[in-house]
Order: sequence, then C-alpha cells, then structure tokens
Amino acid sequence: MVPVVLGTTFLIYVLVFALPGDPIRVLGGDKPMPPSVYQALRHHYHLDEPLIEQYCRYLLGLFRGDFGETLNGQSVSSLMASSWTVTVQLALTAWIFELVVGITLGVWAGLRKGGIVDSLVLSGTTFVIAVPAFVLGYSAQLVFGLKLGWFPTVGTDDGFPYSYLLPGMILGSLSLAYIARLTRTSLIENMRADYVRTALAKGLPRRRIVVRHTLRNSLIPVVTFLGIDLGNLLAGAIVIEGIFNLPGIGQQIFLAIQVKDGPTVVGITTFLVLIYLAANLVVDILYGALDPRIRYE
Amino acid sequence: MSVKKSRWLVSLTAVALAASACGGGGSGGTKDKSFSFAITEPEHLTPGNTNDGQGLNVDEALFDRLMALDPTGKPVPQEAESLTSTDQKVWTAKIKPGLTFHNGEPVTAQSYADAWNQAAYGPNGWGNNAYFATIDGYDDLNPSDEKAKPKADKLRGLKVVDDHTLQITLSKPFSQLPLVLSFAGTAPLPKAALSDLKGFEQKPIGNGPFMLDGAWEHNRQIKLKKFPGYKGPRPAHADGLTFKIYASRDAAYTDLQAGKVDFDSQIPAAKVPQAKRVLAKRFLSVPSGTMDFLEFPLYDKAFANPDLRKAISMAIDRQSIVDSVYNGAFKPVGSLLAPIVPGYRENACGEGCTYNPQAAKQLFDKAGGFNGTLHLMFSNADSTYEQWMTDIANQLKQNLGIKDIVFDKVQVSDYLTKLSDHKATGPYRSNWIMDYPSAEDYLTPRCTPPIRSGYDGAACLDLIKKGNAAGDPQQAQQYYQQAEDTVLKDMPLTPLWNWRDQAGYSNRVSNIDVDPYTMPLLRLDKVTVK
Repeated sequence: MVPVVLGTTFLIYVLVFALPGDPIRVLGGDKPMPPSVYQALRHHYHLDEPLIEQYCRYLLGLFRGDFGETLNGQSVSSLMASSWTVTVQLALTAWIFELVVGITLGVWAGLRKGGIVDSLVLSGTTFVIAVPAFVLGYSAQLVFGLKLGWFPTVGTDDGFPYSYLLPGMILGSLSLAYIARLTRTSLIENMRADYVRTALAKGLPRRRIVVRHTLRNSLIPVVTFLGIDLGNLLAGAIVIEGIFNLPGIGQQIFLAIQVKDGPTVVGITTFLVLIYLAANLVVDILYGALDPRIRYE
Repeated sequence: MSVKKSRWLVSLTAVALAASACGGGGSGGTKDKSFSFAITEPEHLTPGNTNDGQGLNVDEALFDRLMALDPTGKPVPQEAESLTSTDQKVWTAKIKPGLTFHNGEPVTAQSYADAWNQAAYGPNGWGNNAYFATIDGYDDLNPSDEKAKPKADKLRGLKVVDDHTLQITLSKPFSQLPLVLSFAGTAPLPKAALSDLKGFEQKPIGNGPFMLDGAWEHNRQIKLKKFPGYKGPRPAHADGLTFKIYASRDAAYTDLQAGKVDFDSQIPAAKVPQAKRVLAKRFLSVPSGTMDFLEFPLYDKAFANPDLRKAISMAIDRQSIVDSVYNGAFKPVGSLLAPIVPGYRENACGEGCTYNPQAAKQLFDKAGGFNGTLHLMFSNADSTYEQWMTDIANQLKQNLGIKDIVFDKVQVSDYLTKLSDHKATGPYRSNWIMDYPSAEDYLTPRCTPPIRSGYDGAACLDLIKKGNAAGDPQQAQQYYQQAEDTVLKDMPLTPLWNWRDQAGYSNRVSNIDVDPYTMPLLRLDKVTVK
C-alpha cells in the first residue's frame, strides 16, 4: 500500500508539473499581472522551488493530513470532502441500481432462454451499449427532468437519493447491460452443468437449485465485474456529473487539470488509487465467500 | 448544506446545531420572497482580491463602493457624498455619514484606506493590485525588482483626514478615477476582515444591500439575505438572493428552463435560438463591453509590415463569422472600444476593418505577400475559438491565396504565458473584458509596455496621458480618440467583434432591470419576487 501511494503521488506530481503552462498567469486572466503580485503568488504556492523540494513539502503535508491549498486558496481536504460525498452517493446509486436490476434481468432472461424477456433484455442492452452515455444523459434529462418533471433536472438540492436517481441510473446503465448479459450467459452455462442434472435427478425443486447452487456459481464473474466497476463508477462520472451539475470528483479534477492546479489533481487521484486498491481487496475476499475452492488454493 | 445532507454525512454534530445553522431550506411552498442567480464557482470573494466575473457578481450584492455606474455608464456617488478634484491629481472623497457594515461597524475613510492598502501591497498577491497603481506610493509597495522587499506597506497617497473624508493623491493626473472607484474591487473592508482574512474570504462582511446567510458553500451556493440596516442608495426589494453555483453554463440554462433558478446571465451562444423561442419575453440580449481581437506578433518579421496586417484584417468577413458561429448574437466592430463605451465611434478603423477581398488582395501583394506556413493561435478554453479561426483561415485562403494555414491550439494554462513571453507563432486571439466604461481602460493596455504584440506604443501613450490629465471630459475624449486612431493606423491588432450577453429569467421575478454597466447585468437590488 505505502509504495503504491508513494509511487502514484510522485508520478502524478511530476506529470502535473510537466504540463505546459503557468497556473499563476491563468489566475490573472487576460489582464497583465504586476510582477510583484506574480512573484508573491509563485512564492506562496512554492512554485519558485525545485520540483523535488515541492514534492517533499507536499508529502510532509500529507503525513500531517494536510492536502495543501487550491489555487483559489481553498483547502484541498475540504474540497475533497464535499466532492467525494457527492461522487460516492452517485456511484452507490448507480451501483445498487445495476446490481439489483442487472442481476434480476440476467436471471430472468437466463431462465427463460429465447423467451420474450430474453429478447427484450438482449435488444435493450445492445441499445444501451451502443448509445454514448452523454446522449442518454441529455435525453433522459430532457424527457424525465424537464418535460415530465419526475426528477430534478440538475444539482443536488433535493438531496439523496432523489437528486441522484436519474444520473445514477444513466451512469449505471452501461454496466447494467454488461451485468445482465454476464449473469445470463453464466447462468445458462451453469444450468447445463453436471451437478444441476444430478440435483434434478435427486428430485430437488428447481427453485432451490437455481437459488442455492446455480446462481451462486454464476455470480463469480459478476462479482469480479461489480467490484472493479465500483472503482470505475467513482472515477468515471465526469460526463454525467457535468450534465447533471453534480459537484463531484470528476468535475473537480476536470477543472483542476485545466488550470494546472497541482494539489487538487494529486490529492484526488491519490484517493482514487486507494479506492481501486480497496475495491480489488474486497473482490478477492468475496471470491472466497462465493467459492470455497478458491479459498484453499 | 441542507439538513438532509448532513445527516447523510453521519456527522457527529448535534442535529439541533445543524438545524439552527442551516435553517429555512428555501424550497417548498412557503411565501419565500427570495430569488436565485446562476453563477459558476467564484475564485474569491474578498473585493480587493476578486477579479473573476463570478466573484464580482456576488460582491456586487455584498459591497457598496464610493461610486457606482448609472444605467448610462456615468459614475454617480454611491457611498460618497462627493468625489472632487481641481487638478485630477489630488482627489477628495466625502463619505456619507451613518453607513455601516453588516456587522454594525461604521463605514469610514479608514475602512477604504485599509482595503486599498491591503490590495495594493504586492506580497499579498491580490488580484486587483493593479487598479491602485495610479495612487502615489504604489511603487514602494510593489518593487519592480523581484528580490527586493517593499519599502512601505501603506500607500503614501491615501490620507484619512477625518472619519468621513479621504484624500487620494495620485502619482500622475488621472481624470478617470471616479470610474475606477465604481469597480467592486475597490470596496471598503471592516476591521473584522483585517484580523482574519481567511475567515473573511469564506464569509465576507460587506456594506451592500445583501448580507451573507451562512457561509460560502463551495460548488453549491452562496446564500444572501436582505441587510436590514442598509442606509445606502440601493436598498434590496427581495428578501434574499441565492447565488446557485453550476459547473457549466449548460447546466445553469437547463435549470432556468426548469424554473429552478431565476436569473441566468450567460446563456450559451449555441442555445440562443432555442432560448428565444422557449423564454420569449423573458429572454434578454444585453450589449457587453467584451471584445475579441486578432493580434499580430510584431516581433516576428513576417508580420512587421503594417500593410500586411491591414490586408489580413480586410480579408476577414466579420459579419459572416458572427452569423455562423455566434448565431448573429455578437456585433462586428471596427473600433478598439466597445459600443457601450462613451467615445465609441462606429468604424473608427475605416477601410482597414471593412471586408473588401479585392482591395485586401492588392494590398497583400503590394506588401510582399506571405511565404511559408501561417500559424493561427488560440487557447482551448472554448470550442467556438476553433470554429471562428477555421472561418478566418478559409477566408484568408480564399481572399489572399495563403495556401498553408495550420492551427496552434494551446492549453489555457499555457496560452497567456506564451503570449507574454513573445512565443506566438502567428496571429492569435486576444480578448479584452471591460473594467470600467472608459476609452482609457481599452487603450492603456494596448500602449503601455510590456505589450504582448511587441508594439511600440509611445506615441499613443503620450496621447492617453494628455487625456488622463484633462479636466474637461470632452477634451479627454478627444485625446483618447486620437490615441485610438494611432493604434488602428499601426494595427498591432484588429478588432473582430463585440460580445453580447444573453440572459434569461424565470416567471417568478419581476422588475428585471438590466444594463451592461453593472457586473451581473441585473440591478440586483430592484428585483421583486411574486
């Protein structure tokens, strides 16, 4: 964990440093900035020091829990606290949505292979995979938000979960399509397995076979996907956050990269790395719970 | 932060505390006579440090200054009783008695002196530092040598005569001072600000018609309520005003359509046709002071000949670009000044800025033409820049026969650095946002070294100085116009078009009074809520 964090912060720090441009000049906008002010700001943000010195200063700050200051003089920690809350709520909404609806649809379609539900799920998911997220986002916002008024159009004013439902569903829809298909194929495959035939021959009720045996085995690839996807949802919501004006991580990092705001970019990405690591860990643990064989290997 | 939200945060704060701090959620069916205004996240709120439009919108509601601009752009007293000078160099400001800050502290001459000293002190690194450069003693606070320590931390030219009299001595005569002092960045600061500047930034205590209701909620909103103790000339009519913070102008416009925000001062140009249809009478188009230019790198030999620059200028069909890229919303101009600035002359530039492909081609050939690859440079801050640069490139190809044209699209954070360091590879986009409606504001940056284009502005600067010293506004204007003519003749840059602000409002609000001389476009104090 520690080397990974050290490595990523350093890499990102160097990368941000290597971006072209001067963040202090951006602050001045199109107006010329007096040299005294320019120097004062460079000094304040330690931009007049060599890279290594800046990085060490940043690391020391990190150990004290100080993530530094954005170029507007805001503390990065409080900025991250507020934007992470938004992103986590959004990602969880999306994740729960894709988990519940995705697996339900997948099981339904898998059990009645070739039926109406199966065809609907197949065509529906093809559609969702084919259409880019921002098209879905804007259309849903227009139809369900503006015209029908079922959901808030933008912002987080209506709180959790109402404000997050529509963006969450759009954000989760792509993965939902994958989960539904993954569950379906996995289930169909397992239903043909020897142990299912044995169980059927033994006279176990079909319901019990599906829930207790087949589903549990079929969910292993799905769980892997879900685990990694939570990381993706947290990191990849830039477009959706933009459309629905949710002041989350994606938006902050986008704005920060534009003005070369080093401390913000490094702080957020470091956190993202930690989340990926945690998600992977949870997936590994869940494997064992679902399939005891993996535990012993 | 709403009450609901803090519960989600599982904060350990007592619920009662949270409830009292956040009180009145705002939404709901109650008779809430406050309105909302769409902005993006401000950079700062402390007036002397705030130079971004978003922060200035908020400061306009929170702070009064000595002067203000009336709907015709003329400076009129706001907190001042009078602002007078006989020689344009020593000015005397009399401040009205009985005015207070939101915390009850009286507004005095010292409040102004304190605020200006803070902003003018170089090591503070405040955004509006340059606005105080005309005051005597500024150089001592801002040594030009990078390593030197400032000799003083107070402006020599500011003298607090008594509580209500401030004497301002400038280093050179400057007739436009009343206009500068109407800028929100020159607002006074209370004593509380000086002892805790960091806290003040999050919860500014102003002297304007609205006061903060809670602190600045970053990326969410800034909630204000009517200041009951307000004694100035523009009392608020609404009970409150919430600046709702959006990440993009598109999101703000969507919310305006849904009726969730009451005023949006920056509807994106691409949405204008739809906004006109949907909002009908509630759509407003207001002329703005912002100008776009095409500037030439005079330090590059290829662009050293003024005739070549003129030929390029004449080969650009400004109207067709404005129509195709900005839906005709912007106005093509032939002047360095925006039409809303007193002293503006329609097509002051004459034939040099008038589209005439034949004459342009002749002049171009006479000037020796252009060899090699022509680079056009702009930043990636906005997608429309590339659109209109593409149009310009096509017109130059067609009208002047320049074969090889490429774009240098530069990262925003790098763009201005490149320009200041004289690293432009070819003609580039340049832009000016008005600080105050005076020809001086548009011309001084064109002629005062260091100039980005490498232009020698000595002759023009001389005329500007004469204008600054003139006591008679008519005479000042004549000097400024001569200075403008000088620049346009040499053409280190050619004017392209003047922006318009596209605004819209909800049907909850009335008394919508807009003009380009107030930062938010809207006279915030006058708005009433149904």
